[in-house]
Amino acid sequence: MRKRKIINKIALTICFFTALWGLFWLFFIIFDVIQHGITALTPSLILNDPTPPDVPGGGLKHAIIGHLLITITATLIGVPIGVLGGTFLAEYGRNWRVSRIISFLADTMVSVPAIIVGAFVYAILVKPFGHFSGFAGAVALAIIMIPVIVRTTENMLSLIPWTLREAAFALGAPYYKVIFQIVYRGAGMGIFTGIILAIARVTGEAAPLLFTSFNNAFTSYDLREPLASLTVTIFQYAMGPYEEWHRQAWGASFLITLLILALTLLGRYLIKRRFRH
Amino acid sequence: MRVEIDIRNLNFYYSGNNHVLKNINLQIYKNKITALIGPSGCGKTTLLRCLNRIHDLYPGNRYEGEIIFEGRNILSKDIDLIELRSKIGMVFQKPTPFPMSIFDNVAYGLKLKGIKKKDELRERVEKALRESALWDEVKDKLNQSALGLSGGQQQRLCIARAIAVEPQVLLFDEPTSALDPISTAKIEDLIVQLKEKITIVIVTHNMQQAARISDYTAFMYLGELIEFGPTEKIFTNPEKKLTEDYVTGRFG
Repeated sequence: MRKRKIINKIALTICFFTALWGLFWLFFIIFDVIQHGITALTPSLILNDPTPPDVPGGGLKHAIIGHLLITITATLIGVPIGVLGGTFLAEYGRNWRVSRIISFLADTMVSVPAIIVGAFVYAILVKPFGHFSGFAGAVALAIIMIPVIVRTTENMLSLIPWTLREAAFALGAPYYKVIFQIVYRGAGMGIFTGIILAIARVTGEAAPLLFTSFNNAFTSYDLREPLASLTVTIFQYAMGPYEEWHRQAWGASFLITLLILALTLLGRYLIKRRFRH
Repeated sequence: MRVEIDIRNLNFYYSGNNHVLKNINLQIYKNKITALIGPSGCGKTTLLRCLNRIHDLYPGNRYEGEIIFEGRNILSKDIDLIELRSKIGMVFQKPTPFPMSIFDNVAYGLKLKGIKKKDELRERVEKALRESALWDEVKDKLNQSALGLSGGQQQRLCIARAIAVEPQVLLFDEPTSALDPISTAKIEDLIVQLKEKITIVIVTHNMQQAARISDYTAFMYLGELIEFGPTEKIFTNPEKKLTEDYVTGRFG
């Protein structure tokens, strides 16, 4: 009896210190980003175009616009494919053996290193056209998003009880109406949450963009051209020799951390609201 | 007395060749309440679910025999299931309100039938809610979510939704087993009133309920129809020993 209590105490203590160790580094990184970033995050950083390193007042407008363009395009490509794919797996294809294999592969895809996706899109959308493009970056991010959204959609739809679908069928509804009018209504908030979290996941990616949208020193709205993004710009500026670049990289890091934090909080809030009903 | 549904030599197999209904012959009379009783697993619900072919949602299920409704065998391949299900409605064991407003729930089947005019929708929703004795309780909150209603109200809403499309037959699958006695009494009253217009088939575990509301009773056991007849006869003077044992509570 005494021995069991002692082992219990030891296990608890080990768990506690491991958690503390992890949290310490997490907060260390976040505080570092805040400490350096908060002073760098000024209106001019957001509103101004970049200037040569020795000219003061330069900003990251080009990277912010590029980042938004790429992320929004990726969302427009990834969400329909992901949601419809997940719907197929959970509804029409639910009794199909291949569906289980696809779900399994999607789970595997979720943990494939993003840089491999970047290299893949480089091979199909950059090399053949002879130049980097924002569109290629968006495709790379969409490919990362799709398995996440497919799996969330599939899971959320399978949480909707079959009796609800039967009730709609029993009124004479065709299957597509049952899905779009009844099942989506029940699972909508959950799917939306999954989408938000998928966007949060890709918006912090740099590696796949290095191979695809690359970088641009000027503000551009053209997805056919190379586009700057916050993450690639952080990489470039942090590696650069100039103090001003380092400062801006910290600002950008802070900005992107805030963005991901906001998206994640929104996602968590929606999850909470969903399960309160 | 007219026969609404004529079940002839019906056999049903769940996927995996699980033979659940064995050679069922049963006639459902028009504008009467027919109760299906029997111990758990005897095939009552399976039989009920054959009548609107809801089994078709799951692969591998197989019917043999005939179910004649409106002069046609509804088990044949060329039957339009959407049309069939708008004529033979169903109310389930657990209330199944759709995640939308009370009004939209009742209007759902009407919209499926292609009714778009606002006035007509409102009229028929009100009529269905009145007929299901729910109107007074919900008339001021038609736009609120149906999920906020109590269990008994939700079940009456499901009945309203089913009768709004004016089906000829309504199938009830243990509609009160999840409800309290007061809600149960309301739903039983409602079912009795509905038979003026609609033919009703009800599966119930509750023998008192079958005795209270039904005109005819079918007793099933291990996938077979043991006895069918007027409810009074089944409960007071059954022909088969097995039926007597069941209705007197000796097993089940």
